[in-house]
Amino acid sequence: MDIFAQQLVNGLILGSLYAMVALGYTMVYGILELINFAHGEIVMLGAMVSVTVLGVLAGVGVPVALALPLSLAAAVAVCMATGVAVERVAYRPLRNAPRLAPLITAIGVSIVLQNLAMIVWGRQYLSFPPILDVQIYDWHGATVTNIQLLIVAVAAFTMGGLLILVNRTRLGRAMRATAQNREVAGLMGVDANRVIAATFAVGSALAAVAGLLIAAYYGIAHYNMGFTLGLKAFSAAVLGGIGNIPGALLGGLLLGIIESLGAGYIGDLTGGFLGSHYQDIFAFFILILVLVFRPSGLLGERVADRA
Amino acid sequence: MTSKLLIAAILGAATCAAPTWSAAADTVKIGCVAPLTGPQAHLGKDIENGARLAVDAINATNPTMGGQPVQFELLVEDDQADPKTATVVAQKLVDEGVKGVVGHLNSGASIPASRIYADNNVPQVSPASTAVAYTHQGFPTTFRVMANDSQQGKALGLYATRLGKRVAVVDDRTAYGQGLIDEVVKSVKESGGEVVGREYTTDKSTDFTAILTSLKAKRPDVVVFGGMDPQAAPMIRQMRTLGMKTAFMGGDGMQSAEFIKLAGRAAEGAIGSSPGLPIEKMPGGADFTKRFGERFGKIQIYAPFSHDAAVVLTQAMLRAGSTEPDKVLAALGKTKLDGVIGPIAFDDKGDLVDGPVTLYKVKDSKWEPVETIGGPQGK
Repeated sequence: MDIFAQQLVNGLILGSLYAMVALGYTMVYGILELINFAHGEIVMLGAMVSVTVLGVLAGVGVPVALALPLSLAAAVAVCMATGVAVERVAYRPLRNAPRLAPLITAIGVSIVLQNLAMIVWGRQYLSFPPILDVQIYDWHGATVTNIQLLIVAVAAFTMGGLLILVNRTRLGRAMRATAQNREVAGLMGVDANRVIAATFAVGSALAAVAGLLIAAYYGIAHYNMGFTLGLKAFSAAVLGGIGNIPGALLGGLLLGIIESLGAGYIGDLTGGFLGSHYQDIFAFFILILVLVFRPSGLLGERVADRA
Repeated sequence: MTSKLLIAAILGAATCAAPTWSAAADTVKIGCVAPLTGPQAHLGKDIENGARLAVDAINATNPTMGGQPVQFELLVEDDQADPKTATVVAQKLVDEGVKGVVGHLNSGASIPASRIYADNNVPQVSPASTAVAYTHQGFPTTFRVMANDSQQGKALGLYATRLGKRVAVVDDRTAYGQGLIDEVVKSVKESGGEVVGREYTTDKSTDFTAILTSLKAKRPDVVVFGGMDPQAAPMIRQMRTLGMKTAFMGGDGMQSAEFIKLAGRAAEGAIGSSPGLPIEKMPGGADFTKRFGERFGKIQIYAPFSHDAAVVLTQAMLRAGSTEPDKVLAALGKTKLDGVIGPIAFDDKGDLVDGPVTLYKVKDSKWEPVETIGGPQGK
């Protein structure tokens, strides 16, 4: 039973990370109906920048309590700037183009960012400086570390903050209006360009936070880390219902838990016929199953077929 | 110029029975290939220098071949650690008439190049390629003076069962990782151990908590990983945070400084294997370090191996009394000599008999040799 509890904890942590990245996909899709494939690369930038800044600060003896917020601030600044610039340069000129054009552009941006990071940081793996004191807690036979608790707390906190932003603030109302109908919102005095830029900025800031947490948890950062992560988070967003913010959280957590349980038990359940390398098949099989019966995802309501 | 020398060499070989013809010594060309540019350039230079030291030492003894004085000439080429370039420079060396090749470094370069050497009957002795496939293609021309991955897997399995009978394995599904772990599994069973779990990951994964938790349930004494350092480092970290105090082992893919850097404090106690002996333990190590140091400076890794590869090749030619491929290959197969790296003999595939594999353990953030399995010490 303690093994099952541990697998649930593993899935919860992985799922929280997926959910945080999935939020970025879902926000952009909600407002533009664009799948921003470059979002995984923004997370990578967040990880690379925070690890680099942290390494420099720790090297000159800045205390952890100061170095951590500073590196996060640097990562958020770089990611927001990149996210907004990508929107301005690559997506805005194509806003009225056929849907395929921005999609292909997004893939192109992802490749460009990956290669830029490779040029800046090189091909080697960066290691997260050993400044965090990892505490291990035992909880009903499952182990949890303080970093893992931090990940869950930050995921819950950003989630709540985002819901408040979208549902309770002026900017949120403008975002919802733009998502429903850009022209009419424009007639009502909403500056669509600014709202969309703000959406990219918020999504990229979340990506920076996710990047820092991922680097801290796994201890490494690499120019290539955003690709698989982005794909998984995108699947999570689709699973939960892309465009729906609680859906991203639900999809992320579900995907994380399914993957953990899949990898943990698939070998035993099939008597060794299928090994743990089939964990992705397991996760994507569930994704397909959900999409067959609920094409707009678990929490998706509106069938996304306008434009 | 080179073609004239070649003609002279051929004429020399053809007319070696005629004592009146020889005023100057004949020249036999030996190729030496390694990456001399790019991130592995320092390792490639190491190979070149090792081979050069050997060839110059042999030339200084005024060797004779079939009663005729002979000198060896080293032709050095850069394969950039790239399979395509490897075939290009291999063809170039063949066209220049080399009678044998020391190289290449990477298995990924040695394997495609070996076809060209085999087609042209040029013996190839690699100082560094460990992939089993290199000598198992059915070519009579492939040899190596380093233990292969199968010997490495055997050593890892043997050592694992000494730490505990319950062994769990993880591989990254690459040719290297899977091949290594297959050998580990075989060796664990032969040494009386039990493989209690086999899990898989990829060479791009960073999250291993699910498979590690599942292994934890099987209470292994040792976890052996077949893969590279970017996976091994997070894996050992996650094992420790999951509260697993199990020993962690891996092959040369993780026996690197990078692993210690990435894993941090979690790296302590990890065990990694690497083919060959540490230089201090080599029978000819001290003398070689001195001779090499006087001329080239610090040894990286491969210089003793490329030195011995060149010795093996030239000695086979001198014993055969000819550079004719069939005779040289026959002589190479019968090689029995004490090199810098230890006793050298080849099995029918061209692999080093009893190739030693050394196990290292991380202590105070450094790899320290703990034991050598196979080779002279193993006897």
